[in-house]
Amino acid sequence: MCVLFLRLFFVKTTRSLSLCSKSAQSLLRLITARGHGARAKNKEPMDSNTLYYSLDLVSGSGHALNGEQRAALQTSLVLLKKNYKFNRVMFWGKILGIKEDYFIAQGKGHDELKDKQFLYSFNCMEWHLLPPADDAMVGEVSRAAKGRFMGDPSHEYTDYPLKREGDEATEAVELIKVTEERRLAVTVHLIDEEVSVVPRGAFNRTHLGLMNNNRCFEGLSHAEAGKLENFLHFAKPKKLKKKLIQEQADLDPSIDFLDPLSDDVPKGQWSLQLENASSVCVLRSLLWMGLTFYHVPMTPQHGYVYFGYGCKNLDLPFML
Amino acid sequence: MDNQKQEAAAAFKAFMLKTSTKSNLNLYDHLARLLTKVMDERPPNAVDVIEDLSFRVKRELLPDFQSTLRDLSLSTVAQLLAEQQRLLFSRVDERGEQDEELIESPLPNVNEISFFLEQAGVALGGREEMQRIFLALKQLVDSQPLQRCRLWGKVMGTESHYIVAEAEYREGDEEEEQSPEEAPENEERDADVDDEKEGAEEGIALLPQSTYKPPPAAPKEANGTGVNKYVYYVCTEPGLPWVKLPPVTPAQINAARHIRKFFTGRLDALICSYPPFPGHEANYLRAQIARISAGTQVSPQGFYQFREEEEEEEPDAPRNSYEQNPDFEGAPIPKMAESMSNWVHHVQHILKQGRCTWVNLAAKPEEELDEDGEAEEKEEEPDEPDPEVGPPLLTPLSEDKEIRDTPPWSAKMSSTLNPQYAVAVLRSNLWPGAHAYACGKRFENIYAGWGLKCAGGFYMPSLPPAPQSEYPSGPEITEALDPSLEEEQTLKATLELQQAAQEELESLEGDEDEDD
Repeated sequence: MCVLFLRLFFVKTTRSLSLCSKSAQSLLRLITARGHGARAKNKEPMDSNTLYYSLDLVSGSGHALNGEQRAALQTSLVLLKKNYKFNRVMFWGKILGIKEDYFIAQGKGHDELKDKQFLYSFNCMEWHLLPPADDAMVGEVSRAAKGRFMGDPSHEYTDYPLKREGDEATEAVELIKVTEERRLAVTVHLIDEEVSVVPRGAFNRTHLGLMNNNRCFEGLSHAEAGKLENFLHFAKPKKLKKKLIQEQADLDPSIDFLDPLSDDVPKGQWSLQLENASSVCVLRSLLWMGLTFYHVPMTPQHGYVYFGYGCKNLDLPFML
Repeated sequence: MDNQKQEAAAAFKAFMLKTSTKSNLNLYDHLARLLTKVMDERPPNAVDVIEDLSFRVKRELLPDFQSTLRDLSLSTVAQLLAEQQRLLFSRVDERGEQDEELIESPLPNVNEISFFLEQAGVALGGREEMQRIFLALKQLVDSQPLQRCRLWGKVMGTESHYIVAEAEYREGDEEEEQSPEEAPENEERDADVDDEKEGAEEGIALLPQSTYKPPPAAPKEANGTGVNKYVYYVCTEPGLPWVKLPPVTPAQINAARHIRKFFTGRLDALICSYPPFPGHEANYLRAQIARISAGTQVSPQGFYQFREEEEEEEPDAPRNSYEQNPDFEGAPIPKMAESMSNWVHHVQHILKQGRCTWVNLAAKPEEELDEDGEAEEKEEEPDEPDPEVGPPLLTPLSEDKEIRDTPPWSAKMSSTLNPQYAVAVLRSNLWPGAHAYACGKRFENIYAGWGLKCAGGFYMPSLPPAPQSEYPSGPEITEALDPSLEEEQTLKATLELQQAAQEELESLEGDEDEDD
């Protein structure tokens, strides 16, 4: 009996192992194809359909939209969905500039993780498409762009290379110039990549590697909502494969295919609190200050929004 | 043939009817239930969701098994909080109505404020949360003898938030409290001295005493003046008790200027930082509140005016009291949102010393006003330091310095479509989270943020001081080489020789003496 049990256990572990080693391939598949028929409940950024009450839940972070902006969003996001033929449109957040603020919307096609586009607007009505960000652009922007956003998409940031003593070739070096529009695209891309959050179980993966909106997700319990490991990064996992075999044994391959927040370094970069008379679980990123995620325990409602300056908090290690 | 088929079908049905050893279910019944469910519910695209439905059918059977277990009734945080917040909604009937007629309640109209805040795009919480804050402020006003009370804002922390109320006591009702912090420090010092004395009595070699005397600390400003003009109450959740923050000292303000730490949400948390912060999080919070107030409390120009009596007394002294201007008409909103010169600071600037009014530390202690017994021995310095002077009160914001090419304020109109009824909104770029709005004669300052200043680039923690220079090297502290055996022997030999010679000399002298 004991032997049998052990054997069963062994089979189980090896199976989960082989699943994880294949996760790279399945991930590719997961990115290229999305589970069909998944009906949008309320996930990720703030879905335009539930915007009117979800914004209230994150307003504890200090920012809100006024009535005019809310009304404008409700009208313009519908039109946006129609004009760009998006599957879903979401309000993503607001980046505060010195002169003007950028309102950001996110449109999703058939693919949840890959097929997404960002748009910006100043008045919540006229939307402009942001260029997709790639690695080269991220590099350029991170070198040139410093300080606060101005609020002018054509504003140009210039990178002045550091002059070293005895270095005569500096004059030949081209100055990198980056417009604020490109910077905005990169910033939004990075924030979405690094700190977008979903509760564990809100998405599941089928045996084909497709990612599905989990219809059976009924929300985390109050006890679960108090633990960081029950929240996952909604981006391509980076640390999952590096886990110890022992840790991987406990993972459910159909649910745990994303990185949990509890593995983030440095520790303590997430502030987890219960708000609104302890009825809403709110997560705030201290790395990208301004990102607020909410989840109402025992319901499938969750979402995140960014209200901030679009600057990464590089001082974080000193501040904890 | 038919027989065979029927037999095969029967065999398969029997297979399907086999109960599982694990769950005591069988496939046949399960499929029957599943198809019944599909027939009942008729979900769209049923084939796509059949796995979920199957799972749900299984789960629906589950509670029967669980019912034998009793749920552990945990009183959750929400329930405990609800118990506390219930008190907010209890009506106070016992208070006589005369009271309210006699004393005008200092309670601010939070409903109105939250309406304007929403226009400005600022929020401290949802609508219900604002209502709870309103009630909590009412509780504070009812329980304390306050002359003035204002919702200052909200400071976020990593574990919980602080809701901050700014208050002023009624004259005469001010609680005369001895600052509780200085007393224990003195005791500790005394204890140290006692220890040392005991050590001396026991004959243990004492450690050398440090001759370093810290530079005299600037004295704390008295309650009701300068940075301690108002008292601040904080609570982490509306409904929980309000806690009064201790008055701030210049040392705390200066230490807070050098550190960059998140608040945790616990007032008694230690601040682990360099340079070390003198005090707990309550003191740090109070210091940041003082700095934020000094930097970002603004009002439309003309709303306040200086008191006129003071000018006659001392024309040179910086005027630090003002009163509401009864003739203030309210500036047009577009103008308020356009030009910074229409806004003025109405809280005194904090000097480098950490005080609003400069105090001459080089002066003799007798000249100083008696301040909490901080009269330490001060050596006379020959040159008097120049007094620090900040910008005078009610200086327009257009005079504010830029931070690394970033203007210190961003101004906006709350509505572009209806500028007629819009609100002028100011957002501080120096203290992210500090906002001000003005609408007609009304204005308000509110803070909702992390309580941190914009670093403008990267935060550079201050370095520890350079190590002290070494004691000048000289013969008295240089260690000599140990002599070798040969050297010792030669030395011994020469000493013996000398001794012998001396003895001879002495004996000779003795002989001479005897001869005399």
